[in-house]
Amino acid sequence: MSLAEKYPKEVEKILAKYPPEHKRSAVMPLLYMAQREEGYVDRHAIRDIAKMLDITDTEVSSIIGFYTLYHDKPEGKLRIQVCTDLPCALRGADQFLADLCDKLGIEPGGTTADGLITVEPVMCLAACDKAPMFQTQGADGIKYHENMTVESTMELIEGFKKGAK
Amino acid sequence: MSHVLLRHCDIPDINKIDVYKKNGGFKSFEKAVKKMTKDEVTNVVKDSGLRGRGGAGFPTGLKWSFMDNNNWPHYVVANADESEPGTFKDREIMEYNPFQFLEGVAISSYAVSANAAYIYLRGEFWEVAAFLDEKIEEMEKAGYLGNKLFGTDYSLKIYTHLGAGAYICGEETALLESLEGKRGQPRIRPPFPPSFGLYGKPTVVNNVETLTNVPLIIENGANWYTSMGTADSAGVKVFSLSGRVKKPGNYELPFGATFRELIYEHGGGIIDDRPVKAIMAAGASSSLIKVDEKALDTPMDYASVRDLGADLGSASVIVIDDTVNIDWVINKTIHFFKHESCGKCTPCREGNYWMQHLSERILNGEGGPEDVELLHSVAKQMQNKCLCALGEFATMAVVTGIERFPQDFKLPVKGS
Repeated sequence: MSLAEKYPKEVEKILAKYPPEHKRSAVMPLLYMAQREEGYVDRHAIRDIAKMLDITDTEVSSIIGFYTLYHDKPEGKLRIQVCTDLPCALRGADQFLADLCDKLGIEPGGTTADGLITVEPVMCLAACDKAPMFQTQGADGIKYHENMTVESTMELIEGFKKGAK
Repeated sequence: MSHVLLRHCDIPDINKIDVYKKNGGFKSFEKAVKKMTKDEVTNVVKDSGLRGRGGAGFPTGLKWSFMDNNNWPHYVVANADESEPGTFKDREIMEYNPFQFLEGVAISSYAVSANAAYIYLRGEFWEVAAFLDEKIEEMEKAGYLGNKLFGTDYSLKIYTHLGAGAYICGEETALLESLEGKRGQPRIRPPFPPSFGLYGKPTVVNNVETLTNVPLIIENGANWYTSMGTADSAGVKVFSLSGRVKKPGNYELPFGATFRELIYEHGGGIIDDRPVKAIMAAGASSSLIKVDEKALDTPMDYASVRDLGADLGSASVIVIDDTVNIDWVINKTIHFFKHESCGKCTPCREGNYWMQHLSERILNGEGGPEDVELLHSVAKQMQNKCLCALGEFATMAVVTGIERFPQDFKLPVKGS
């Protein structure tokens, strides 16, 4: 099913933001929509968006490749993206990432065996005063979690796992 | 003194439209549209001395006056792609004082005759964008956005647009490419956005904090604004304080407040009361300021910080104490810029790659003085060779770190 069939009102609302002759601008919001359910954009969605916007599949794929928040393969249903840039690292973010990964038995960038949780270091998230912090990227968008500990993160993960069952 | 930008510190719930209206909200926009010409609005902003808060410090009113009036339509784009490590002020403004920001977008749109404005937010600000969408809808319902505003012929729509994780999109021409649905790679300049911007049309791109100043400047006049700050840097600034301080956070101060005041009075001093070793005043893009008493007493304005061999940029003050080694600091900044280089210009793409390899080797204790020299040389060779400032930014901490902290790279200290 195409995006326009699946979410007609939302697609219409997105396209209305941009001048009709520049509808290519809608590629980024449409890609967010396409990866909402499975956490990644598959080939059919790429073709679908390309057709809708009169651009090539390659042009759509290049957007997925360039921007870090788009994914082209399935990984954890919930991505925990920990900022380890300088200001956060000055407040213990590297140690937090290492401890969290130890607790989950994965390497940074890895996914838990049940396929639910991916933990990855990311670049600055503009919350430098509230480190350690991370964002979660999942089906309901992106959320910030600030002043975190391994314990509070494990609680969040348990909550997510219960909801996923 | 009450706040100009972080007004939620003084007025609870100012992010609710009724509270904002009760505190003079939208009066400036109405006054501009009903009683002032577009040029009058631009001239007040010019006379206020307001300079861009995204880092470049370009005079805002002057930028508006560059719009090409022979090419239509015009656009305003608010740069909410806040991504510089150490900067977290625009998010606080948008979350807690959203209407003042949106009113600033509206006034600037009127001043340059734009009927559509886009707010480009970094993709991670997903929740902020949803929140702004609600606020925009409230403004439409209340008659502050839409067609024929305040009984005049002026119409305006504001839209949010989410990026998807790319620091480079904070560079205004990369941002415009991204907004057009392309990879965010900078354009060759000139032409600058006021003559060739979004969709090739004249466009003003302003930072969130810059625009949030505008409603109060229109309300209180240019002289009120220049009465704060210094001659070179008028007004107030939100300083994002982070790193090894007890109380990191955003602090709004007039330009000219000292580093000492920010770090000790507001930031509560250094964790475990250690001495300050270095300051990065413009986030990860900073030259490293070697801290002594004189540096701590330096007023934070554009000119004074330049005298310290650094830049104020977006005033993202990262504090580094004596527990931290500078070889580790530059490894962090290099890692960031290597990841964020868009790949368009070879010196930046390749230079960052090689800087990362050298820096890893030095940090792991496997490098000798020749590796430090080579790292310095690679950084120097990247300078002045790229289309945008990222290629420069990536080298600032590296060059000044090696030159000002040689002992942290196990190099002989000059003069000893």
